[in-house]
Amino acid sequence: MRKVYHKIIHIAGNVITVEADDVSYNELAEVTSARGVSLAQVIRLADGKVSLQVFAGSRGISTGDQVRFLGRPMQVSSSDALLGRVFSGRGTPRDGRPEVVSDLVEIGGPSVNPAKRVIPRNMIRTNIPMIDVFNTLVESQKLPIFSIAGEPYNELLARIALQAEVDIIILGGMGIKHDDYLTMKRTLDEHGALSRTVMFVHTAADPVVECLMVPDMSLAVAEAYALKGKRVLCLLTDMTNFADALKEIAITMEQIPATRGYPGDLYSQLASRYEKAVDFDGAGSITILAVTTMPGDDVTHPVPDNTGYITEGQFYLRNGRIEPFGSLSRLKQQVNGKTRSDHRAIMDSMIRMYSDYRSTLEKQSMGFQMSAWDSKLLKYGKLFEKHMMDLSVNIPLEEALDLGWKILADCFDRNEVGIKTDLVDQYWPKKN
Amino acid sequence: MPEVKSTQKVVGVNGNMMTVEFTDRVMQNEVAFAKVGDTRLKCEVIRVRGNRADLQVFESTNGLKVGDEVEFTDELLSVELGPGLLKQVYDGLQNPLNLLAEQSGFFLKRGLYLRALDRDVKWAFTPIAKPGDKVRPGDRIGHVPEGIIKHYIMVPLAWKGEWTLQTVAAPGEYTIDEVMAVAVNDQGESRRITMTQFWPVKIPITDYSEKLLPERTMITQQRTIDTFFPVAVGGTFCTPGPFGAGKTVLQHAISRYAEADVVIIAACGERAGEVVEILREFPELEDPKTGQPLINRSIIICNTSSMPVAAREASVYTAVTLAEYYRQMGLNTLLLADSTSRWAQALREMSGRLEEIPGEEAFPAYLESLIASFYERAGLVRLRTGEEGSVTIGGAVSPAGGNFEEPVTQATLKVVGAFLGLSRERSDARRYPAIHPLDSWSKYRSVVDRKELDYARGILRQGSEVNQMMKVIGEEGTSLDDFVVYLKSEFLDYVYLQQNTFDAVDGATGAERQRYMFDRISKVLEGSFTLPDKDTARRYFLELRQMFMDLNYLPMDSEEFKRQEAGIEAKIAERSSANA
Repeated sequence: MRKVYHKIIHIAGNVITVEADDVSYNELAEVTSARGVSLAQVIRLADGKVSLQVFAGSRGISTGDQVRFLGRPMQVSSSDALLGRVFSGRGTPRDGRPEVVSDLVEIGGPSVNPAKRVIPRNMIRTNIPMIDVFNTLVESQKLPIFSIAGEPYNELLARIALQAEVDIIILGGMGIKHDDYLTMKRTLDEHGALSRTVMFVHTAADPVVECLMVPDMSLAVAEAYALKGKRVLCLLTDMTNFADALKEIAITMEQIPATRGYPGDLYSQLASRYEKAVDFDGAGSITILAVTTMPGDDVTHPVPDNTGYITEGQFYLRNGRIEPFGSLSRLKQQVNGKTRSDHRAIMDSMIRMYSDYRSTLEKQSMGFQMSAWDSKLLKYGKLFEKHMMDLSVNIPLEEALDLGWKILADCFDRNEVGIKTDLVDQYWPKKN
Repeated sequence: MPEVKSTQKVVGVNGNMMTVEFTDRVMQNEVAFAKVGDTRLKCEVIRVRGNRADLQVFESTNGLKVGDEVEFTDELLSVELGPGLLKQVYDGLQNPLNLLAEQSGFFLKRGLYLRALDRDVKWAFTPIAKPGDKVRPGDRIGHVPEGIIKHYIMVPLAWKGEWTLQTVAAPGEYTIDEVMAVAVNDQGESRRITMTQFWPVKIPITDYSEKLLPERTMITQQRTIDTFFPVAVGGTFCTPGPFGAGKTVLQHAISRYAEADVVIIAACGERAGEVVEILREFPELEDPKTGQPLINRSIIICNTSSMPVAAREASVYTAVTLAEYYRQMGLNTLLLADSTSRWAQALREMSGRLEEIPGEEAFPAYLESLIASFYERAGLVRLRTGEEGSVTIGGAVSPAGGNFEEPVTQATLKVVGAFLGLSRERSDARRYPAIHPLDSWSKYRSVVDRKELDYARGILRQGSEVNQMMKVIGEEGTSLDDFVVYLKSEFLDYVYLQQNTFDAVDGATGAERQRYMFDRISKVLEGSFTLPDKDTARRYFLELRQMFMDLNYLPMDSEEFKRQEAGIEAKIAERSSANA
C-alpha cells in the first residue's frame, strides 16, 4: 500500500531530502541502502520535497536508494515486559532478547494540562545531607546535576536512584561511554534494582540522530508507567550530548544559530522534555534527574544556562562534592517546612556561615591577621566540609540536623548564628 | 467559532511554521485553522510574500501534510471580554484550562478550543443607560457584580462612531449571551450588545481621555521594593536575574501582597510547577485588602515552557489586554509577566524559521520596539468618566548566563521605571530577596522619608566600599569608624532588606510598619556608639541584629512587640554615646 520513493535529491550531514507526496510532518520512514535499513524521521516539508533525519546516518546512502514512509510517528512499547531490558536509541533491543511490540505509545506526546498537576509534596530521601538538609529532592522534581567531565556524576546518579523510594527507574543514556553504561548497569544489578529498571542507551559510538530519541522514548515510557500509578524516577545522562545532537541537525538544516551554534529553540526543546516531570492528580509521578556536563566548567554555556531556567534547581557537583553555593532545590520549600521545625533555620544559617567562611579563607590566603571571629569561622568551615559536604556521609535527615546544631554549637555562641531565639532555645545542644 | 472566509492549501511545514499558498485575500495577523483530519489547528499569519503566507501554528504540527486545507477567518487574534474572567486559568489563547482538563484529561489535546467565559452563569444586571442615550464605544450600559468588583457592561470597544440606544435590559439575572441593549447608528445599522465583546490582543485599548504621570506608590509589602526601589501605580518595573536568584518567589510575593484590584499573572514559558502553586494556593490565601480568597481578584494566563511556543508569544498580549479591560472600569490592575525573556525567545524562534536577518544573539531586529510597545501599554489613565484606572506591568527577565548586557534586559531597561536587579551573589549568600541594593534603581516615590533613605543608601554604599577594602587590606588595616559603618550596613541588610517571604508576619510589611521600622533603624544607622574595639562592635551589632530580626517576626500590635522594642531601646541606650 505504502509508496516507495527513489528520488533522493539532497544528502547532507544526517539529513536527506526526497521528492515525495502525501507525507505528514514528523512521520517515520525506512531508508534502504546498501548498508541496510535505517529509520528516518520527517523534519521539514517544502512543496514536494521532504527532508528526513536518518537515524543511522547518511553514510553510504545513494541517490537511488529506497525511502518507504510508514505513515506513523515514532512509537515505543509501554508494557511491563520492558522492565529489566536494555534498548538502543532507536528502540531496538540491546540485550539480545526479542523486541517488545505491545502497548505502543507515541513519543513526544502533548504537554500535561497544568490544571491536572498537583503541588509536589513528598520528599525523596537520599541520606546525603547536602541534598536532604540543604536542597531537598522532591517527588516530581526535575533537577540536573551540573558537572564536568571526570566528576563522579553517574555514580551519584546511581546512588540516588538506589536510595530513593521509587517504583520504576528509567535510565536514558545519551552519548555515554560504553564503560559507563556497563558500570551503571552493574551497580543497579548488584543492588537488585535491575528488575525495576528500563534502559535506553545511546553510546558515544552510535549514530548521533539516535541520541535525539533517547529522552523522548525514556519519558514516553515513564509517562505510561506514571499514568498506571507508578512513581517513576527518570535518569538522563548526559543532556549536553542531546543538545549537541540538536545543534548538529539544526546546522545541517541551515537554521540560523542563536548562541554558540545552538538553535534558537534550544530552550523549548529542553523544556518540552524536562516538563514531563509531573505529579499527576490521581495517578503516579515522574521525577527527572539529569546530568548536564558544562563545557569548560562554564555555567553560562547555553546548555546549562537554558537548563537552569527550566529545571527546578540544580546540583553542582565539583571536586566530588555537592557545592552549597549555586546548588538549589526550588521545591524544597514544599517539604522542608513539614520535616522538623529547625530544618529551614539550620539550612539558611549553615550556608550563610559557610559563605562567611569562604570569604575568611580568602582573607587568610592573602595573609591577613585573623580575628577571633575569623578563627571561629575557620573552625566551622572545616567541620562543615568534613561532616556535611563529604559525599561519603550517609545519614538520615534528622541525624544531619542534629549534627548541624552540634557543629554550630562547637564553633559559635548562641546569638551569633542568626537563628530565631525560640529555635535556638529548643535545639541548642546542652553543654555537658 | 469564527466564520470561514476562504480555504487554502498547505505547501510547507517547518517546525511550528507553516507555509500556505493562497488565491484569495489574506490579512497580516489573520487567524486561520489548519485541518489535520478532524482536528483544526489554530494559526496566525505572520508574513505574506507573493501568493504565499507564513503562519505560526499554535499547536504541534505533527501529521500535517502538504495539500492539507487551511481555513482563513478574516479576524485578528482576539480575546473575549466580559464578566467571569476573574478566577479563571487560561492558556495563552484564552482557553480555560480547567474545562480542558474536564474534557480531555491529563493532557492538552491538540485543536481543542473552548469558550473563555461560562455561558450558563447568570449575572445580576443593573442598567445605567436608558433607551435614547447617545453612546460611544466603551460607554457603560450597566454593571454586574463580579465578586466585589463592579463589572461594567460596555458598548463594544471595537465599534466605531456614535450609537443611539434603542432598548436597555431591565434589572435582572442574565447570561452573558443575552441582549443587554440594542443600538443603532446614523446609517440605520442596528446592533446588539451582550455582556461580552472581543478585542484583538495585539492592539492596545486606548479608550481614555489622558495618560497621567504615575506618582502614587504601589505598596507591595516588600520592604526593599517599597522603601528602596518603589513601584508606582500605573508604572513599570522589571526583575532580571540569573536562574535561582528568586525571581519567581519575588513575583509570587508581589502577586500576593500588592495593592491592586485585579492581578493578572502571565506565566509565559516558565515551569508548570510554579503555576500549579498559584493555582492551588490562591484559593486558600486571603487577599489582605478585601479578606476574600486571592483567586477572586486574579486571572492566570499560563503558557508553560512545554506548551506550544507560538501561543507563548500570544500569551503576554492576552494578559495585557485583560488588564486594560479591567482598567476601563476604573480599577488598578497589575500584570506580572514571568518571563518576558521566554516571550522574546518565542519571537526569536519564529524569526529564525522565517529566515530573517538576525540581530544580536539572533534576536530579531524588531525586538526592542516590541518590548517597548508592550511596556507602553502600562499606565495611569483618566477615563472619559473622570475616574482613574491603571495597568502596572512587572516583567521578570531571565538573562542568558545572568548577564544583564544581553538584548532582552537592555531593551527592557530602556522602557521601565524601576529596575529590581537580582544578584547571584546575594542569593548564594541566602540574602533574600536578592534585589541588589546598589545596582537597582527606581524613578518612583518611596514610602519613607527621603532624607533617611538617602542616609541609609549612603551607609550601604560605604559599607560595601569598606567591605571591598577589607578584602585587600584586611580587618586589622581598617579603622574602627569604617568598620562600624560596615557593621551598620550589614545590620541594615539583615534586619530590613532581607525579608522572609515564607513567614506570615515578616513576609508582608505594610507601609505604616515600614515607615515605623525604617525610622527606628535609621536612628541606629545615624547614631554614634561607644565601642572600644572591633570585636565588641561586632558582638554588639550581632546582638542588635538578632533583636531586630526577632522583632520582624512579631505582629506590630502584640504585647511581645512592645516588650521586644523596650529591650531594643535598652540595648541601644547601653552604648549610645548620646547618653554617655
